[in-house]
Amino acid sequence: MSADVKLESVWIRFGDFIAARDVNLHIKGGEFFTILGPSGCGKTTLLRAVSGFLTPSEGSVLIGGENMAGIGPNRRPTALIFQNLALFPLMTIWENITFSLEVKGVRKAQRKKRADELLELIALPGQGEKMVSELSGGQKQRVAIARALCAQPEVLLLDEPLSALDLKLRQHMRTELRSIQQRVGITFIYITHDQGEALTMSDQVAVMREGIIEQVSDGTTIYDEPDTAFVASFVGENNRFAGKVTNVTDSFAQVSTPEGLIRARCSKSPESKVKTGDDVYVFVRPESLRFVSGRLVDNQMKASVYHEEFEGNMWQVFLDISSTRKRVKMSYVNDGSIRSHSGEKDLPVGFSSEAAIVLPQGPLAAE
Amino acid sequence: MLPNSILDLAMSFSNYWRAFFQKNGATLALFLIIAVGTWLFMMIILPQLFMLDFSIRANVPPPKFGTEEHYYTLEHYKYMIFGSALSTDSFNIIDVTVFFRTIGAAIFVTLIDVALCYPIAYYLAHSATGGWSRLMVLSLIVPFWINEILRAFAFKIIFGSTGVINNFLVSIGILDQPYDFIRNDIALWAGLSYAFILLMIFPIYNAIESLDKNQIEAARDLGAPWWKIHWRVVVPHAKPGISSGCTMVFMLTAGALAAPQILGGPSSLWFTQIIYQGFNQAGNWARGSAYAIILLVSCIVLVLVMMKIAKVKFGEMMK
Repeated sequence: MSADVKLESVWIRFGDFIAARDVNLHIKGGEFFTILGPSGCGKTTLLRAVSGFLTPSEGSVLIGGENMAGIGPNRRPTALIFQNLALFPLMTIWENITFSLEVKGVRKAQRKKRADELLELIALPGQGEKMVSELSGGQKQRVAIARALCAQPEVLLLDEPLSALDLKLRQHMRTELRSIQQRVGITFIYITHDQGEALTMSDQVAVMREGIIEQVSDGTTIYDEPDTAFVASFVGENNRFAGKVTNVTDSFAQVSTPEGLIRARCSKSPESKVKTGDDVYVFVRPESLRFVSGRLVDNQMKASVYHEEFEGNMWQVFLDISSTRKRVKMSYVNDGSIRSHSGEKDLPVGFSSEAAIVLPQGPLAAE
Repeated sequence: MLPNSILDLAMSFSNYWRAFFQKNGATLALFLIIAVGTWLFMMIILPQLFMLDFSIRANVPPPKFGTEEHYYTLEHYKYMIFGSALSTDSFNIIDVTVFFRTIGAAIFVTLIDVALCYPIAYYLAHSATGGWSRLMVLSLIVPFWINEILRAFAFKIIFGSTGVINNFLVSIGILDQPYDFIRNDIALWAGLSYAFILLMIFPIYNAIESLDKNQIEAARDLGAPWWKIHWRVVVPHAKPGISSGCTMVFMLTAGALAAPQILGGPSSLWFTQIIYQGFNQAGNWARGSAYAIILLVSCIVLVLVMMKIAKVKFGEMMK
């Protein structure tokens, strides 16, 4: 069973500090929902409000349509996976996994049986009698998931559970988590500051900044159609040009920047509409920037290569724009036909106006 | 030639000392060795050895020490169990009863202290914040600036027939007439429980403080009521601290003298008082020593047995 989660006008204050400002979210049942944001943006606080460890200063949390006010964490249909996992080190693996059943007074034989089933699910069969300290990081991770699933929650809350793992394992666990979620079919709310995790696993991503939800959408929309300058600068890499709007048609704007006139498309979000005279940023992804010898594109400028990184499948080229010395980054796939451009000067580079987006100036993600 | 394992042991031993000297510098290292060594030998081992020697020799005045009359014998130990040869009883009922009552009361006082101190320690370690927790610690410590004997007398006054407690209970009508807390040993238990309370609180506090708060939250999130969280998560984690608190409180209570002397009822005797009588009133140092050794060994054995049952290791307790 899975339940939907609704946050309605949730405010959370700690003295003068505001951890959540008027947060409204609707997380559908069975969805893999990620809250993505830099550390300190209030995402863990929001999760604690859903799990019941914290009461919102204002607003309400509804799980499966039921208002959770006054209901403690031990009586909510949620299970939380902690950042440090918080497995019980003095219990065996099977006791850890079935702790929620022990609490309900389920008999030992039955608990052991359930533990075996769950150990099977997390691909650790026969390891029930081991102690927590005997497991590797990834195995502990899976035990924590099994322990949470054993409680048969309708909503599973995950607080950066992969952050302690090394890169390889983290990538493996992403796939694992996603497939577990699809098998059990319950709602997952996942907290992370890692955009890779957010984009690869989630049905929906909410980007959060200083207690505010900046945008809620699926991963591709977050990446391709950012609503705000913060989302554009926080998710993925982006080259940024500051300027003033000189002309707007229905879906494109012309922006005057120190690097010259740039034509770029406008955001579809009504809050991010721009008009002539507005101070704006134009964002261009490194993979949208191209060397344009011969071909004509909307936006062209001259730039020199000051640094180059070859990553095997990708080239990362760091450029100096000739007119202003502004530094931009370009990346492209190595298809075997491209040679190094190291040290070359005043090459024509450019990008299409569809590949660039105009957004009102606003707070940016820390570099 | 020496077997390799012994050689290894000798090597690691000498390496240990070399490291110890390198770490602390020659002066400090030498000071530590001499100070700790002297303390251990002069204050603890040597007196106990003398006591042991006294306890297994005939009771004679000092001038006759070393003479033939100062022969080795187990008569004092025998006396503790079977009593005087002149007595008609087959056992030394008084001393044996007092012994077991003392041990029993010490266990009881230890249990009271655990029940009292665990919640306080938990509160201090996980809930109290800043100024409030400092105030609590201070108010726990300050009373112990007062001399132990004065504190015992204070308890005697509070629990007396015209003391605060009786006056209060009579005035609100719970009691018709003052209750004799002293004759019924309640004043004694209260005094002893209070006497070593800090030795229980701080080890438990230390143990609980090192518990990851997330574990408590995880247990709660998985549906556990508060008592289950304590029973399955906090207490197992705090077990070494609880054991070390229990050991200290039990040992010190069983060996207490001032509190039982002052707060004990007229008919109740503490085993240490019998030992005291042996040394000071009966002039029988040999019997006093034998009784002291019996108390010491019994307490150590009891503690070791309890540690075995509770599955606590010495190393964990020292953390």
